[in-house]
Amino acid sequence: MDSLYFDFTLRRRSFAVELALELGEGAFALVGPSGAGKTTVLRALAGLLRPDEGRIALGHKVWFDSAQKADVPPERRSVGLVFQDYALFPHLTVAENVAYSGRGGVAELLDAFGITALAGERPLDLSGGERQRVALARALARDPDVLLLDEPLSALDAHTHAHVRGELREILEGLSLPTLVVTHDFEDAAALTERVGVMVDGKLVQTGTAAELLAEPSTPFVAEFTGGNLIPGDARLTSDGLTEVVLDDGARLLSTDAGEGRVGLVVYPWEIAVGRTAPLDSTQNHVQGAIASLVPVGNRVRVRVGPLTAEITGASAERLGLRTGDVVVASFKASGTRLVPLA
Amino acid sequence: MKRPFDVFLAVAAGLMLAFLLLPLLALFLRVPPGTLLSQLGSDVARDALLVSLKTSAIAHAFILGIGTPAAYLLATRRFPGRDLLVTLTELPLVLPPAVAGIALLAAFGRAGLLGGTLETAGITIPFTQAAVVLAVIFVASPFYVRLGIAAFESVDQSFLEASRTLGASSRRTFLRVALPLAAGELSAGSALAFARGLGEFGATIMFAGSLQGRTQTLPLAIYAELDLNFDVALAVGAFLVLVSISVLLAVKFLPSWTRFTSTSLFAGAPSRSS
Repeated sequence: MDSLYFDFTLRRRSFAVELALELGEGAFALVGPSGAGKTTVLRALAGLLRPDEGRIALGHKVWFDSAQKADVPPERRSVGLVFQDYALFPHLTVAENVAYSGRGGVAELLDAFGITALAGERPLDLSGGERQRVALARALARDPDVLLLDEPLSALDAHTHAHVRGELREILEGLSLPTLVVTHDFEDAAALTERVGVMVDGKLVQTGTAAELLAEPSTPFVAEFTGGNLIPGDARLTSDGLTEVVLDDGARLLSTDAGEGRVGLVVYPWEIAVGRTAPLDSTQNHVQGAIASLVPVGNRVRVRVGPLTAEITGASAERLGLRTGDVVVASFKASGTRLVPLA
Repeated sequence: MKRPFDVFLAVAAGLMLAFLLLPLLALFLRVPPGTLLSQLGSDVARDALLVSLKTSAIAHAFILGIGTPAAYLLATRRFPGRDLLVTLTELPLVLPPAVAGIALLAAFGRAGLLGGTLETAGITIPFTQAAVVLAVIFVASPFYVRLGIAAFESVDQSFLEASRTLGASSRRTFLRVALPLAAGELSAGSALAFARGLGEFGATIMFAGSLQGRTQTLPLAIYAELDLNFDVALAVGAFLVLVSISVLLAVKFLPSWTRFTSTSLFAGAPSRSS
């Protein structure tokens, strides 16, 4: 498998998109507010937009190089691009859409994406989640070397969003090719990929795992933009009506939200209190661990303890005399959490 | 109680409609339908019908064959001078037909711009069927190109881009995506251009003359028979009215009819988002 390398500048009206990244196997999420230039990056990689200067290459294959005046047209770049609104051909059936690239293996793909029953339907008659699966199957039918997804979850209503996100995560985990997902939603990025890059005004301001960005935001903007902790685990209903989530390290957390199977427990940093000992109050979730990092963000401090990032005031951190390496307890209420399906 | 302004609007609309329909009705009411039918079988009418069908068919093949790619280019590519080019293709829409006739003579006539070149090649155009075809193309193609540009512009760009990223060349994208998605509106434009070409009179009579069986098309036959046999003129006129009505109906219903919703008759509204 070749990795995708790019480093280019593409000037827009109000700012320039300037980005350098190397994408190996696995999914990378480019996350940022709308208008940050995320879609521009995808379009440039697919060959639908020409950068002003720079280089895009897949392994040894050069797709674009301003110095060499190389610019391979979209149909000869081995990319699968899933458009934001899916752009399924309305005059073709599901099967004809998937067969469009002419590579064969259509029946297997329809089967793999669970859309065999929809083969004869027109895209206009499908639900949002079905359209997404068709779009993915169509993009993968070309057997691309790179997969690009533009806001894959934004065309879905809130009701199906979490479910489809879980499905998509599973699909992405099963692929072994460089994948770039663009989204404006940090939680989506955290749920879909291991690595996340925050993009603002055309530039990458920080990259890392979602947990790293949450714990150690490099700028106030990143701190503002990153949403809640998303901690994967296995959920089961307890006898008292709560849901217990067993984390991968064996720790157990409680949630008032209903959930089953593989889930992500979402809790916002400002919902988490930090103390030297477990408090004798109504909080049911206590995670003990050494402080991995302490990062000031304005008048607050982000404290990373185990899988969690808490946000407390600078004054509290001062009063407790917190130092990196100190063993503390992070506490939060079961009712302050939310569960989202991850598969 | 009606307000005076509403009454005024209703009267104006009524007058307009009456004025437009009265002459058409008169065409059919002046002589019995049987006479109209039998007059259509006259030599003059039959010759004119054949000339019209042949020249319109050839002209229309050119209009579709050249107009479609031209409209696609103008709709999908942005380049300097594009707006000027679009405006130029629209010029014949507003040009008086007599000007079109004299302009065609000035270009292809014996003493015209290309006259010498054509003569050495042994080609004579004026007052031949080729002249009829050229006149029809000149006046009718702008209708098709204008609507064709609009048709291709209404195809969401992301469909074309999706096709490219799925490995299709721009030619294949045009044939498999742009053309089918624009087909409804293209056929409407095609029908309009056909009707305009079929009714072409001014440029044809100046550039091609009115020789029965050679260059005398249906509208020219009406004019020629006006003094000789008014019933034949009426019959041809009535026939052209029926053709026009069919074209109008086609233009109204073709675009929605071809809206690729064969599995769902109720999904007529385009649901493409930008």
